[in-house]
Amino acid sequence: MFDLYGRGDQMIDGGLVTIKLCLTVLPFMIVIGLLGASAKLSRHKVLRLIGESYTVIIRGIPELLVILLIYFGGTIAVQKIAELISGESARVDIPAFWSGVAALALVQGAFASEVFRAAMLAIPKGQIEAAIACGMTPTQIFYRIKLPQLWRFALPGLNNLFQVLIKDTALISVVGLEEVLRMAQIGAGTEKAPFTFYLTAMLMFLAFTTVSLIAFHYLEKRASRGITRA
Amino acid sequence: MFEDLIYVLDKYHGWLIQGLGLTLQLLVISVIFGSLLAIPLAIARTSKKVWVQAVPFSFIYVFRGTPLLAQLFMMYYGVGQLIANIDGIQDSWTWTYLRNPYWYCLLTFVLNTAAYVAEIMRGGINNVPSGEIEAARACGMTPFTTYRRIIFPRMWQIIWPAYTNDVIFTLKATSLASTVTMMELTGAARKIVARTALPYEAFISAGVIYLVIVYVLTFGFKGVEKYLRRNEVRQVNKKQPVKTGIQA
Repeated sequence: MFDLYGRGDQMIDGGLVTIKLCLTVLPFMIVIGLLGASAKLSRHKVLRLIGESYTVIIRGIPELLVILLIYFGGTIAVQKIAELISGESARVDIPAFWSGVAALALVQGAFASEVFRAAMLAIPKGQIEAAIACGMTPTQIFYRIKLPQLWRFALPGLNNLFQVLIKDTALISVVGLEEVLRMAQIGAGTEKAPFTFYLTAMLMFLAFTTVSLIAFHYLEKRASRGITRA
Repeated sequence: MFEDLIYVLDKYHGWLIQGLGLTLQLLVISVIFGSLLAIPLAIARTSKKVWVQAVPFSFIYVFRGTPLLAQLFMMYYGVGQLIANIDGIQDSWTWTYLRNPYWYCLLTFVLNTAAYVAEIMRGGINNVPSGEIEAARACGMTPFTTYRRIIFPRMWQIIWPAYTNDVIFTLKATSLASTVTMMELTGAARKIVARTALPYEAFISAGVIYLVIVYVLTFGFKGVEKYLRRNEVRQVNKKQPVKTGIQA
């Protein structure tokens, strides 16, 4: 049943691209999430409005549409900019990988800002007040009080998001990035064995999500060490 | 810029409207049948017997652990080919249905929605206060009556916000049907882009339509939530601030 017609290496290459994509998006997602959460909780009305509309818009639009918009629209935008700078007509291709990173970071960042917002609100107010009373600056409060605890409150949400992220990488195959699903598509097409190849792809994704679940379980345990259960 | 938008909307609004129709159709059917299928799954999932739990557990695990797009390709190309290989099926009258991507999309979306909703329902059933179930039993209700009159109404109340999110998730999931040549909203937008090479205008028009659907859905589901919680006693805020003579 698992005769991959000598394309096992290709599937593994695809798997590596998927893993690379996930790990590249992760830091962007966290930074955008933190910025979004700070904007939503900001004292300034304009920042709050920007934060809110960003999450509302992104959460209401299918991921696939965002990916297509960035892939096709991004090429045109970069081309226009290049033409403006160089003054002559330019031909630009954005690699599928980086437009995928941009699209996924944009989408997951919106969800992450919800997670971080909730986590920031979960930090006891007394601690912030105590920090202010000690004379800490807002930056100090963020790095010394908020960030270390944010991690613990946000982990369950981030676990969920990372699961979604792993699954969403499959969508990048639509714009031709050679990750697991695209490799399976190529194999299925040339070897006329779609069932085998798509089954392999599904099992690979299942393995990725399972590993991520186990890793996050370990991280959650580690993050809440020293905290007694009520 | 706006000339292009007007041009796209003027010339191709028919495609977008047809796409909207198909999107809504896929959404409604997937949510209804997915939720119906989720009920037995969720009940089996809350069973204390391991062998009863095992089947829904693995079903939910596989469908939640793999990308929807992979599931869709698996159904349409993988299972589709297995069916096509059956002797004589391509000559029979069923073939017109069996090669139509519509049914494969629906089947995938229904199963996927069922897996996600079952997991939400499991949480809801587990969170029904045990005192209420014990009271129902003490009143002599059969397990079926307990489910019908106590557990389900309570469960819907508990899961409704999460369920709303999941319906929106399913709406966004229907956009994947465009990858197997279905002309729903995203598919229509892609066709317009292929025709006009105006990605911003087409995709943003489709995006705005999705946003409107999400807005309407959220609004409607909020109304239902109010209805579901109509019998709840309103929590009286006991910590009313004590009024003092000194006010800022």
